[in-house]
Amino acid sequence: MSEALLKVESVTKNFGGFTALSNVTTEVLTGERFGLIGPNGSGKTTLINCISGTLVNEGGNIIFDGQELAGMKAHQRTAAGITRTFQIPRPFHSMTIMDNLRIPIEFVSGSSSSQNEMKDQAMEILETMGMAEKANEETSGLTQIELRKLELARAIAAKPKLLISDEAMAGLTGNEVDEVLDILIKFNEAGMTIIMIEHIMRAVMQFSHRVICLDAGQLIAEGTPDVIVKDKGVERAYLGV
Amino acid sequence: MRFKFEIGCVLVLLACFIFTQADINRFYYFAGFAILQYVMISTAWNILGGYGGYINFGTAGFLGVGSYAAIALIEFYGAGIIEQIVAAGIIAGFLGLAIGFFTLRLKGVYFAIATLALAIVLETIVNNWDYVGGAAGVSILPPRKPELLGILIVDRKGDGIFQNNKEYLFFLMAVMAVMSVWIARTIEFGKLGRGLNAIKDNEEAAECMGVPTLKLKLVATVISGALMGMAGAIFPSYVTYVDPPTAFNLELAVNSLAMPMIGGTFTWIGPVVGSILLGTVQQVAIVTISSEINLLIIGVLLIFFVTVAPQGIVGWFMKKNK
Repeated sequence: MSEALLKVESVTKNFGGFTALSNVTTEVLTGERFGLIGPNGSGKTTLINCISGTLVNEGGNIIFDGQELAGMKAHQRTAAGITRTFQIPRPFHSMTIMDNLRIPIEFVSGSSSSQNEMKDQAMEILETMGMAEKANEETSGLTQIELRKLELARAIAAKPKLLISDEAMAGLTGNEVDEVLDILIKFNEAGMTIIMIEHIMRAVMQFSHRVICLDAGQLIAEGTPDVIVKDKGVERAYLGV
Repeated sequence: MRFKFEIGCVLVLLACFIFTQADINRFYYFAGFAILQYVMISTAWNILGGYGGYINFGTAGFLGVGSYAAIALIEFYGAGIIEQIVAAGIIAGFLGLAIGFFTLRLKGVYFAIATLALAIVLETIVNNWDYVGGAAGVSILPPRKPELLGILIVDRKGDGIFQNNKEYLFFLMAVMAVMSVWIARTIEFGKLGRGLNAIKDNEEAAECMGVPTLKLKLVATVISGALMGMAGAIFPSYVTYVDPPTAFNLELAVNSLAMPMIGGTFTWIGPVVGSILLGTVQQVAIVTISSEINLLIIGVLLIFFVTVAPQGIVGWFMKKNK
């Protein structure tokens, strides 16, 4: 763990008169497991939308790997090494699971590979996720955890330097949460920096090296999980006392 | 077999050529021409509409621009049919680029309405453009003895390849229709097709997975528009009289999206099946019942397929065989 991979500098985002993000400044270090928490509507997803390029921030800078991201479209940011998952899984429903993974491989990580090499790359990821036997199935028959895993697998297939996981565990059982955590830790140990947005505190605290907490668009706390759970501001944001 | 599709294309063209040499009722050429034109138009429509999920209601606009580009070139210097087709393709392709640039940021029904407006705007412009006949329309005199690369193509006495200009145009239409299907199939099995499919399934997810969505949509609109323009370019020479309401006929727009939807939009064979089937039904209905019954047939079939078999005829058969 050394220099910053992602720098967020006074990022501000307004929707009409509503300020969704106000002057948020933080850093994610290379190789870090970074947790992003906050109550509903606090701006977590807005922040990652600004980082991944699906929204344009009005103020501030986002610098990734030494490169200013302003003006870059989402697909260019994916090519630069930032990939995200969606809170509500958005599979390509007309394709098989294998073909879902082949999209980011063909367009980003393995664009010079042959069709067979692409299949091998996709298969390798599906094996790590424990979904190899489902490779040729349609997405319509998948269970909730399989959809979540597909969402992660597809993002990982782009071979990102920074993976942003937006509530990959929502609605999963305890065992399933552990399963997804193991997968994420495995990819982190292989060198992938990961931002995790999560409401399941046990998971995010167990996973993260460092956590930030947003409330009403403002960064209210930053620190190790131990510090965050004892923080009075975080407690107030969640419990309102 | 590796080149099954390519061999099929050659066989179809050969059959069409033999057909032009047969001495049969003229109406069959007319009906065949109409069906082949629909194969081309609905295949072109399907590149953006079927693969990419963007419903283009402006088919008539692209066709009309193709027709009037051809007419303008004839008026300007008496251009030959091949030059008309190539020029119309280029002009309609650029139109696709321009329109796409402004409208492809719109989604769903808004895109459909914007493209519908395009056809109406273009028709109004042509209505007021006297050089190409304006609202009164224009008559085209086909050349008596067209040549291509020094070869006599059409001659009444039988010295050319074809005896009649209509037979020549019929064969040209067949070549273009086969070419369109080949292009659509190449796109479908290529990177562009897979990218468009991802866009259709979920555009934001596609963009976040590295698919340059706007670029792919623009490429699809240009190819689709250019093919429609080319299909339109051959029309004035064939019917020899064109006025704006015929060239920008909304019925064309309805047919061009109904045929792929009834045949199946997810693969190249869908629009082909849809247009051959519906085109034939329409031609038969014109002769046996009335020329106005067409749209009724299309409407009823469209409602039936959208509700009962949304994957179209091809999708329905594929499911049965699984």
